[in-house]
Amino acid sequence: MQAEATADTLPVPHASGEPTAGKVGMWIFLVTDALSFGGLLIGYASLRSWSPTWPVPSSVLDIPLTALNTFVLICSSVSMVLAVSAAEAGDRKSVIRWLGATVAGGLCFLSIQAYEYHHLISGGLSLSSSLFGATFFTLTGFHGAHVASGVLYLSTLLFGVLAGKFVGHGDSHIEIAGLFWHFVDLIWILIFTFVYLV
Amino acid sequence: MHDAHHAEPTGFLSRVVFSRDHKVIAKQFLLLGLLFLGLGGILALLIRWQLAFPGKPVPIVGQYLFSATAGAISPEGYTMLFTMHGTIMIFFAITPMLIGAFGNLCIPLMIGARDMAFPLLNMLSFWVAAASGVVLAGSFFVEGGAAMAGWTAYPPLSGATATPGLGQTLWAVSLFLGGVSTLMGAINYVTTILMLRAPGMGFFRMPLSVWGLGLAAVLNILFVPVIAAALLMLILDRVANTGFFVSGAQPGSAGDPLLFQHLFWIFGHPEVYILILPAWGIVSDLLAVFSRKPAFGFKATAIAMSSIVVLSTVVYGHHMYTVGLSPGLGKAFMSLTMLISIPSSVLFLNWLGTIWRGSIRLEPAMLFALGVVFVFGMGGLTGLFLGAITTDIYLHDTAFVVGHFHYTMAASVLFGSLAAIYFWFPKMFGRMLCPELARLHFWFTFLPLNLVFFPMLIEGYGGMPRRLYEPTSYKYLVQFQPVNQLITFAAMVLGLAQLIFVWNVVRSLWAGERAPANPWEATTLEWLTPSPPPHENFDVIPEVHRGPHEHSRPDVPDRDWIGQWESQAPAAPQTPPAPPADSEAVAV
Ligand code: HEM
Ligand SMILES: [Cu+2]
Repeated sequence: MQAEATADTLPVPHASGEPTAGKVGMWIFLVTDALSFGGLLIGYASLRSWSPTWPVPSSVLDIPLTALNTFVLICSSVSMVLAVSAAEAGDRKSVIRWLGATVAGGLCFLSIQAYEYHHLISGGLSLSSSLFGATFFTLTGFHGAHVASGVLYLSTLLFGVLAGKFVGHGDSHIEIAGLFWHFVDLIWILIFTFVYLV
Repeated sequence: MHDAHHAEPTGFLSRVVFSRDHKVIAKQFLLLGLLFLGLGGILALLIRWQLAFPGKPVPIVGQYLFSATAGAISPEGYTMLFTMHGTIMIFFAITPMLIGAFGNLCIPLMIGARDMAFPLLNMLSFWVAAASGVVLAGSFFVEGGAAMAGWTAYPPLSGATATPGLGQTLWAVSLFLGGVSTLMGAINYVTTILMLRAPGMGFFRMPLSVWGLGLAAVLNILFVPVIAAALLMLILDRVANTGFFVSGAQPGSAGDPLLFQHLFWIFGHPEVYILILPAWGIVSDLLAVFSRKPAFGFKATAIAMSSIVVLSTVVYGHHMYTVGLSPGLGKAFMSLTMLISIPSSVLFLNWLGTIWRGSIRLEPAMLFALGVVFVFGMGGLTGLFLGAITTDIYLHDTAFVVGHFHYTMAASVLFGSLAAIYFWFPKMFGRMLCPELARLHFWFTFLPLNLVFFPMLIEGYGGMPRRLYEPTSYKYLVQFQPVNQLITFAAMVLGLAQLIFVWNVVRSLWAGERAPANPWEATTLEWLTPSPPPHENFDVIPEVHRGPHEHSRPDVPDRDWIGQWESQAPAAPQTPPAPPADSEAVAV
């Protein structure tokens, strides 16, 4: 097919903030994903409200440890913001630094969560020990799977950046990944509130 | 996202199997859907055999399928049959055909795009759907057989104690995968519609098919994740004994079976609109094309469909009137349900308005579209009885419900899909179907179909429960046995008649007449490009100048149509240039 046709396929480079198909698609995905957490949270809320017994979360869970973990995740969101603006500015070195920091933050979160799981499971809490255990592991596990996929996703981008891609004005790959990462962070704050604090 | 024009792939694998071209993916979905439609149909005939001749060995196939019981269907086998029939028809036949195939084919072509926004995601969506189909079909062969808890899979029936086999778990896994595939598709559809419309294609210039498909995608995006969460919990209940939906799974635990019903119907009610919306949109377009008139109340139809989308999110409780909801809640759900009849009536009257005094061309696609108008009318009217609490308490879980939802789903949605196939087959495959065979197919489908589903309404009114293994075990149902046999004979005719369709398709693929670009003299963008369309659809992306159904305009001479891509009427020597058409259309 002739080359002029390119002109009318799609608008060319986008300034950051402007909607692109990639960003719109990611936003729609986030809506969907939020509703899947929504389904689980509805289940959690209704089971908890009907249950004759429900432990006080702080009597079972280690709140200070998880508060620390929450802090780690929030910090990784900050480094994600810095990575996005560095990518926008075309500053490859900073992108590598901040993206690396974000991946490290994600890994740190997962390690602390693994430690927490280990601790709880050896204390007798499990998916089948009680509804508290079932909802706890389902919600935090589903979220943990999101963090793990986010770490994979960002690592792929990091390798891409190391190979010379994704940086510079008009490339929205890192911005789009940032949307996902902030979303995962936001969901965690909800889970932390409802499962650990309330 | 692709910025540049792509060269056409040449290898067999990248062109036919792992293609990212929306037109190829559409064909793959169509094939998947038709295969499962055949399988689901065979299961339906087996159910019907048992209802007409309870306990008698099934002729011919019985000795192979049910050898342990000398060819007769056992109660467990029967339960498995209706469970798998319902599941297959809804998630693996109708969904791939309407949403997978025609969503993929129509959206980019009708809005003037080269492809979907995310072609790779699109390809994955098909292969995940295929994998989920394999898991479901495979579940027939595991020990204990396939799922047996009904297509609604209510716990505790679907729990590990009541249905221990692997089949029920595979059922849940398969539906979960199907949900993932649907979501990939839906994200793609909505993004494509928002971002890739051709210049001039405002929302109120999009064909109603695109409206229907897009709105269905929106509902998918909102509600498939909810059922996915419920399925995840169900799977965990079965494999990890979490006890979400089973009370007393652990000492003192209060798992809640009703929670599953809520989550199921939060999704399940929108699901019926997910299926019917594309069919509504397609029918609205086809009626206009074959009546040679603009769609009556075009904007009202689009707005009615949108308001149904909104209302459909808050009425799911009408499936649970009999579970002991608080009466106040029940009444709220009833009032909201009744509200839906307002936009539905707008839609229906607009269809009648479109065909009213049109110069109707009874092409096969039009026959099926008119068929939808009739059977959807039946489905909608019977729905009123189920939406009202007083009548539903009596009719709940009877054959009346089966008659009702087959009129809406099996009849309306299936006819919508068939209309779509007859309409777009030339565009998809570049060949015409034989219209005589198609008419034969229509009449041998339409008449038996009513003989199958109308009597079910009467039986249900007479108190016959659904999911009933042995109707003659109730004295008061023995009188219905001749009716049950009539239904089964009609169902067999209906099944056989589909062979006409299969033959027509196979014959046309090899020997059908070559299709011109615009065989129906229709006005939307897909008819601008050759049949089948080239790689990336259009040589040059068309500019859109008018609404989607400009038929029989007095200022267009010699022709009763003018394409959305035509800036002015062709060959109009004396007349002044056509005035800016459709002045009310909203610009992009
Ligand atoms: C056109 C030929 C068809 C025939 C003869 C047929 C017949 C039947 C019969 C006899 C039942 C069992 C009713 C009961 O005792 O509960 C049934 C159930 C069902 N059918 Fe069909 N059907 C057909 C097509 C379809 C299609 C196209 C769909 C969906 C789009 C569909 C969806 C269902 C569902 C959801 C159930 C309920 C399954 C359950 O109870 O779990 N059917 N059908
Ligand atoms: Cu409903």
